[in-house]
Amino acid sequence: MGLVYEPVDLEREAFEDLRGFIEKLLSKPAPGSAGRTGAWRLYRPAVDAGRCIKCGICWLYCPDDVISWAPKGLPIIDYSYCKGCGICSSVCPVKAIDMVLEGE
Amino acid sequence: MKVKVLMGNTAVAEAVRMADVDVVSAYPITPQTIIVERIADMVERGELKARYVRVESEHSALAVVYGASASGARVFTATSSHGLLYMYEMLWWVANSRLPIVMAVVTRAIGPPWNIHSDHQDALTVRDAGWIIGFASSVEEAFDMTLQAYRVGEDRRVLLPVMVSLDGFTLSHTSEPVRLPEESEVREWLPPREPLPFKLEPGSYFSVGNLGPDEVTMELRWYVWRAMERAKHVIREVSVDYARRFDRSTHSLVEEFKTGDARYLVVLAGAWSGDAMEAADMLRDEGYPVGVARLRYIRPFPAEELRELATSVRAVLVIDRAVSMGHMGVIAGDLVATTRGKVVVKNIIAGLGGVDMGPEDFKSIIKGFVEEYESGALDSWFYTEWYMPWVRGR
Amino acid sequence: MSIPWLASRRTRGVLPGNPACSGCPHNIGLKVLGRVVGDRAILVVPAGCTSIIAGYWPREGLEFPLLHVPFASAAAVASGVRAALDVGGRDDAIVVVWSGDGGAADIGFATLSGAATRNEDILVIVSDNEAYMNTGVQASGTTMWKALTTTSPVLGKTEERKDIALLTLMHKVPYVATASIGYPSDLAEKIRRASEIKGFKLIHLHSPCPPGWRFDSDKTVLVAKLAVETGAWILWEYDRGNFKISPPSTPYRDKSRRKPLTEYIKLQGRLAHLTEEDIREIERRIDENWNLILRLEEYYASHVKA
Repeated sequence: MGLVYEPVDLEREAFEDLRGFIEKLLSKPAPGSAGRTGAWRLYRPAVDAGRCIKCGICWLYCPDDVISWAPKGLPIIDYSYCKGCGICSSVCPVKAIDMVLEGE
Repeated sequence: MKVKVLMGNTAVAEAVRMADVDVVSAYPITPQTIIVERIADMVERGELKARYVRVESEHSALAVVYGASASGARVFTATSSHGLLYMYEMLWWVANSRLPIVMAVVTRAIGPPWNIHSDHQDALTVRDAGWIIGFASSVEEAFDMTLQAYRVGEDRRVLLPVMVSLDGFTLSHTSEPVRLPEESEVREWLPPREPLPFKLEPGSYFSVGNLGPDEVTMELRWYVWRAMERAKHVIREVSVDYARRFDRSTHSLVEEFKTGDARYLVVLAGAWSGDAMEAADMLRDEGYPVGVARLRYIRPFPAEELRELATSVRAVLVIDRAVSMGHMGVIAGDLVATTRGKVVVKNIIAGLGGVDMGPEDFKSIIKGFVEEYESGALDSWFYTEWYMPWVRGR
Repeated sequence: MSIPWLASRRTRGVLPGNPACSGCPHNIGLKVLGRVVGDRAILVVPAGCTSIIAGYWPREGLEFPLLHVPFASAAAVASGVRAALDVGGRDDAIVVVWSGDGGAADIGFATLSGAATRNEDILVIVSDNEAYMNTGVQASGTTMWKALTTTSPVLGKTEERKDIALLTLMHKVPYVATASIGYPSDLAEKIRRASEIKGFKLIHLHSPCPPGWRFDSDKTVLVAKLAVETGAWILWEYDRGNFKISPPSTPYRDKSRRKPLTEYIKLQGRLAHLTEEDIREIERRIDENWNLILRLEEYYASHVKA
């Protein structure tokens, strides 16, 4: 038929596209996939180190896994992501976590 | 190379066996059933080392092969008509995930009323999703196209799912001789699938398809668009390579029949193309300079080929077995857009619901079209008519 | 499984700062799942809250290989993933469908039933918050009778909820359990046990939802526990012929030890309109459910002995 096709550097274009669409299609695990969710917080959990019995129950129930805890250690809360739900405070068996209004 | 008499459906199953697929899943629907029965038989007899998943619906059939393909397997499924429509959302999910799934669509009318015979409405209704859609016109081509589908779809320049359409009964249940290549040659020609574009497996921490900015959705569609454009080149390349390797004719996106000196061009796709060619032959004997362009692929649409063919004739006749209600025949609509009004196009809707179309029907349609043009009666630059000779005045 | 053991695990399941609502029960479940099998799991997630929780591109808010899939397709996609991994010799992998109630009990029920019938080697976790929360709290097949939702906004839901765990059990699969985000150790134990069984496993996880049920975000665990303590949610486990009520629910076989149902109900805005008569009716239905579960326990116990 004598049709002349436009010469295209298929290989190169395809390589760039492959990289491009894989980047758009896939996401990689990383904290902050909804941004700094600490900004959602109205009340801040404050751990009373004197009262805390280091049981880890606050760690267990924290939905956002923002509490670092090692056996026999104090819980450390990552306030940049803590949404302030208050679950840690409500499950604490010795009431060692207070919810404090942000800004106070 | 040995010659074996096969039905369209068994030829597809044989190609699947030679392609050495890993996972097959399907839900039976007439007239696709023989494909999936035959493959089940191959798997149970150990002739094909694959997992066969007997699902409860077509939606799940495509979902199963989607999951398997995402985890790196070469897969196959097949369906027809309502089954294809039941898969609809999965079709899009597959295409946007860029997984090179191969599916046979044994074309069949959509109800109501219930009708198991072939038209092309099912396969053409899903044309926008991002699947490559081929139409076979012989049993041997159904075999060839299935093998080619894996090479084309899995090509890293493409990475798109491929639909191989074959007309229900007229191809699926019709026996014809097929020149079967040696299995070892096929294995060489079609090496195992590279797990692209990704492989889901434990320890590979990524997610596929997260919510994101709207621009990501649009860009992903754009990448499908570009891959579809490249697929034209890859289909041409693979068709020629296959033809050389296995001694076939080298049709790629379009098969041309007597187009060289044609003044009138008939465009259509599927099993009935042979009848149209026979009619063209008869008309040639009567002095009508008619040629036929059979579309082997509907998506990507062979715009370049058709533009060149269509603009070198006086007028084009598109015979459609599927209609876009409120507009025109599906292929005709595409062709009109491709030729940009540079040529007169007449569109005939025929054979819906499997209404039988023989060479004589094509002859009368084509002859009427040529005479209409030559008498100056084709005054608008395109229009659509329904061919229903059993209704008075049609 | 102990808190220190869970805390010592390298795979976290949930990563801080994902888009889950404040006090989200799914995150608690996903965290336990990730801690127990995150190094071996692939997650298949149909439409639902977790479609959002999984994060905003290019970040994933969870720590799993994860495939988002259309609503009704999850158990079938998981079957395909399993098939491919089997063909590739990856026996170590655990393919998990993490679904909501809609994806499992309603739109995806036929798919789930198909996979269960085939005894696919997958684990389905139905994190049930008793309504279509992701679209704004519309009634689902598992929404409890009388609960207010945005599609039962005045009178409450008029139909009884369906029991997806028992429906699955009747598919003769090797493992079915109920669990609650109020009892993470029990959940962890069940996930571990399920992950060691070949064949179809389903865990029906009770996940009280603060915005959907209208209680404050700090009450998620409290409400979940009260569901168990009042007997409204029964924890049980079926493991290859053995059917047992799980330890957290064991005391409440005895009705007199259950807390008053009103303690559970009064915390929830979706149930604030209930009359005393309604509450009595709910209590009657709970008793009926206990009878059924206790009978099943008896039945399987005699079955095993015989």
